[in-house]
Amino acid sequence: MNDSLDPRVNRLRLDKNDGSFKVEEGENWNVFEVFHQEKRGAHHEHVGCVHAPDANLALIFAKEQFGRRKKCVNLWVVRSADILAFDLEDEDMFANNPDKTYRDASGFKVMEKINKFKAHTK
Amino acid sequence: MYGGGYIFDEPNRKQQREEQLHDDPEKLAAFEARIARGEKIEPGDWMPAEYRRQLIRLIEQHAHSEIIGALPEGTWITRAPGFKRKLALIAKVQDEVGHGQLLYNAAETLGKSREAMINDLLSGKSKYSNVFNYPAETWADVTVIGFLIDAAAIVNQVANSKGSYGPYCRALERICYEESFHLKQGHDAFIELATGTPAQKAMLQDALNRWWQPIMHFFGPPDKTSNHSEKLMQWKVKMASNDDMRNQFLDAYVPKIWELGLTLPDPLLRKNPDTGKWEYSDPDWDLFFEVIKGNGPCNKERLDVRKWAEEHGRWIRKALMRPEEMERSALPVA
Repeated sequence: MNDSLDPRVNRLRLDKNDGSFKVEEGENWNVFEVFHQEKRGAHHEHVGCVHAPDANLALIFAKEQFGRRKKCVNLWVVRSADILAFDLEDEDMFANNPDKTYRDASGFKVMEKINKFKAHTK
Repeated sequence: MYGGGYIFDEPNRKQQREEQLHDDPEKLAAFEARIARGEKIEPGDWMPAEYRRQLIRLIEQHAHSEIIGALPEGTWITRAPGFKRKLALIAKVQDEVGHGQLLYNAAETLGKSREAMINDLLSGKSKYSNVFNYPAETWADVTVIGFLIDAAAIVNQVANSKGSYGPYCRALERICYEESFHLKQGHDAFIELATGTPAQKAMLQDALNRWWQPIMHFFGPPDKTSNHSEKLMQWKVKMASNDDMRNQFLDAYVPKIWELGLTLPDPLLRKNPDTGKWEYSDPDWDLFFEVIKGNGPCNKERLDVRKWAEEHGRWIRKALMRPEEMERSALPVA
C-alpha cells in the first residue's frame, strides 16, 4: 500500500488488515430519542436521536450532537422503544376537531347579544 | 457536507422490481397523491418497496460520505496554519461526523440497522461520494474542499431538504444550518490564499486545477445518460437533475473563483448568454466510474482506516454494553 499523506495513518500498519472484520448486530447499542429545551420555561422539543448503551451515556452523546450550537439549557432522552404513539393511519380520528367550535372562544358571540340588549334598552 | 448528486445503484435490481410489481395499486395511488400535495411521508406510513429501497440507498450513502469525508480534512487538523484555523477545522470535522450520525438515524427509520450499513460500507457494497477518494495534498486542498465541495454539497442538500421523506428532511435542515459555517470558513481560508503571497496563490491555483475534475464529477453523470430518475423525481426522492444542480453550482461559484484572479482548467467553460446555462468540457466519466469501482487513489486507505476504527473501537463498545438494556432493541421512531 502507498504511504498515506497522514503520518498517523501510516503508524496504524493498515496492511496488516485481513479484511474479515464485521460489526455484529446490536453492537451499536440502542436508540434514544432526544428532546431539547431552548430556554428555561419553554417546552422540550424532539430534535432527533442517538445510539447509546444506556440513558446516562445517551445524555452525553445528545449534548455533543444537539447542544453544539444555538441556545440550549436542558436535554431529555428516552428510549425509542418506550414511546407509544398512534398509528399515522389513524389520523382521521382527529379530523373533526376544528368543527367543534363549542370548545373554542370563537364559538361564542357575546358582543352580538350585548349590542342587541343595549339597542333594546335605549 | 457531502451528499453528492450521484447515488450508486447495484447493477442487479431485478428482485426489487418484482417486489415493486406487488405494491397495492390503491395504496400506491394514495401515496403518490399525498406526495403531489406536498405532504411528508413518515416512518410508519405505507410506502412502495422501491421508494424505501431508494431512500435507504440515498440516505445511507449520504451518511457514509459525511464519515469518510471527515478523513481527508482530519489529516490536516494537526497541520492547519494557526490556532484559529485549527479550531475551526476541528469544529467542522466534528460537525461532519455528527451529520453522519443524523443521517444514519434517518436511514434506520426505514428498517436497515446501523450495523448493516457500516458492514456494507466496509465491504465496498455501499458507496460514498467519489470526491473523498482523492488526497488532500496541501493546505490549499483543504480550502478548496471547505469552500467548493461544501458549496456543491449545499446545493444538493438544500434541494433534498424539500423532498418527501420527513426524517431525511429534518436531518438536512439541521445539517444545512451547520454547513453555512463550513462554507463561510472555507471561503475565508480560500480568499486568504488567493489574496496572499505569490507562493500562496500558486499553491491555491494548483489545488484548484487538481480538484476541478472531481468537482465536475460531484453531481453525477449528465442527464442524457442517466436512466431511472423520472419516478424518483415524482416521488420527491431526487429533487433536481444532475445537470440542473451542476448548472446551479457553476452559476453561483465560478464568478466567485474568477473574481479572485484564479483560473479554471477548462477552456470551454463559459455561461451562454442566450440560454443562461453554463457550457463546459465533459469531464472524464470513464475515470469517474473507475474510481467508484474502487480504483481511485485513496479508496483503499479510506476503507482501511474505517475498518481499523471499527475494529479497535469494539472493546469499548462491548465494555459499555448493558445486556439488560438490549432486551427491547428498537429503531428510531422519528
